[in-house]
Amino acid sequence: MQRIGDAPALRRLLIGAAVALSALFLLLPLVAIFAQAFSQGLGTFWVNVSDTYTLAAIGLTLFITALTIPINLVFGVMLAWLVTRFAFPGRRLLQTLIDIPFAISPVVAGLVYLLLYGRNGWLGGWLDAHDIQLMFAWPGILMVTVFVTCPFVARELIPLMQAQGSREEEAAVTLGASGFTLFRRVTLPNIRWALLYGVILTNARAVGEFGAVSVVSGAIRGETNTLPLHVELLYQDYNTVGAFASAALLALIALFTLAAKAGLEWRAARREALA
Amino acid sequence: MSIRLENIAKHYGPRARALSPIDLDIREGELIGLLGPSGSGKTTLLRIMAGLEQPDPAPAGRIQFGERDVTRVHVRDRRIGFVFQHYALFRHMSVYDNVAFGLTVLPRRERPSSGEIRARVHRLLEMVQLEQLATRYPAQLSGGQQQRVSLARALALRPEVLLLDEPFGALDAKVRQELRRWLRHLHDELGFTSVFVTHDQEEALELSDRVAVMSNGRIEQIDTPEALYRAPANRFVFEFLGDVNHLEGEVREGVLTCGEARLAVDMPDGAAELLMRPHELSLAPAPSAEAHLPMTVTAVSPVGAEVRVELAADWLAEPWLATVRHADFEHLALARGKRLYALPRRWHRFDDQGARPAARPRLATAD
Repeated sequence: MQRIGDAPALRRLLIGAAVALSALFLLLPLVAIFAQAFSQGLGTFWVNVSDTYTLAAIGLTLFITALTIPINLVFGVMLAWLVTRFAFPGRRLLQTLIDIPFAISPVVAGLVYLLLYGRNGWLGGWLDAHDIQLMFAWPGILMVTVFVTCPFVARELIPLMQAQGSREEEAAVTLGASGFTLFRRVTLPNIRWALLYGVILTNARAVGEFGAVSVVSGAIRGETNTLPLHVELLYQDYNTVGAFASAALLALIALFTLAAKAGLEWRAARREALA
Repeated sequence: MSIRLENIAKHYGPRARALSPIDLDIREGELIGLLGPSGSGKTTLLRIMAGLEQPDPAPAGRIQFGERDVTRVHVRDRRIGFVFQHYALFRHMSVYDNVAFGLTVLPRRERPSSGEIRARVHRLLEMVQLEQLATRYPAQLSGGQQQRVSLARALALRPEVLLLDEPFGALDAKVRQELRRWLRHLHDELGFTSVFVTHDQEEALELSDRVAVMSNGRIEQIDTPEALYRAPANRFVFEFLGDVNHLEGEVREGVLTCGEARLAVDMPDGAAELLMRPHELSLAPAPSAEAHLPMTVTAVSPVGAEVRVELAADWLAEPWLATVRHADFEHLALARGKRLYALPRRWHRFDDQGARPAARPRLATAD
């Protein structure tokens, strides 16, 4: 008996198309990045990577990411908790608002922040008077990065927490657990995999964000230049090898993130099979 | 510990009334069943007792456990045991850790030593006969086993009040029987006060010292199972506690007529509705002087102590149900399609306001 949609010819055709497209659009560019980065030998690659400005860009990117993740972790958990555990007017609206950073272009997000907090912006005068500079400095970069990545954790948690319901939490309270104990011993263990997954996505996006950051950073070398902006700058300077060396670093971070995600999914699948 | 509710009401939003102001007195050591159809407010009432829901702030109600006013006491500090409908076990913890949870979250100065916790959890697991499953996870247990874990978990802190929300609802009939008997046994042995919610009349009547029958956010009647069954306060209680046969018709000069059916009654003229339990009917090959109710057998179920017979007639909107002894079943040669006569031995009548029965059930001289 053959099942519907299981014609061998069709199957071969679809698999072939999928493999060909993945190779062409995903694998080949990745190979090209590393080929370009190492085209003049390992020495040149190393010179480019250990360049002062490149190191500064790596440092800034990691710094921004290291701040973004905890901020969005806390924000995402609180938001998911609020939306799934409480009924209040405007709950649906809030759930829609969470998706705004997904819906609008990052460049627009950057421009909005510039409009609000820039020197000529609505809050700019007050900030200037108090000698606080947000735009064209790392706080601005952090703000737009947090904005762009804020849905990831909440989006991962909300469906899961909705599905799990609050019965276990209620049970814990009837047994005398305080709010914090309840979170640490009941809620957190139930959402930890989704949480980690959200963090991985946040990490990937925070490291790679270009559009919003390019508007608010000013791309001052050695100061407000993140790794993605650095790639762009080097490329415009006709330093192709340098640009690709930095790009290779970004690609490596991405690959590492993907590996972590795949590892988690594999673990989750195995746990499910055991349970 | 006794439980006393005074003037407890609950609205979800301005229009959705879950509970009309309710008073309820539960004596120490009693086992009370809250019985009602879905949406009658029984679970809401139970959750308010637990503190998982708040009663309406106005009119101000009061909840007392013994002498203690707990109206404004948080769930955490009410010291009740609560058993959830779908067990709500902590899925990431072993059976042992589930049962130990309440003990391990006690403030440090009240918390028993780890050795004592271990001993107590093992005693509890022994009591629910699950010692050999202590290291399993909830997903690896059957429904009945999960429910026993959840009971052990609720009892770990030795609560004086145990509240159970449809505790046996999701289990199959046999396991349910067994757990019922076992809960009654635990209740009698440990002496706590229990309140459980159910929509199953048989369960409520079998298990409880007293049953509170609820509908539409009100307690219709609270009484012992026997009193409820023998003297229902109103039509709702009567209909909810078992199968009911309806006979609607016009009374004229002491005879109720409905199509070709006739029944001698002692009632004033006008429209009337009589209600009868299946066991209050007997079946005969011929009508009697008082009753002429011709019917046709549409189904026969001879399983159990009595034979259940379904009867239909042109003059009836809904089929009737009668239970007869196996001897009568053979004697009458009952089979589907057989035509015979129903003879009511007793009937009940409630006026539409549903207050007291309008007339005491009377005996018709049928045999």
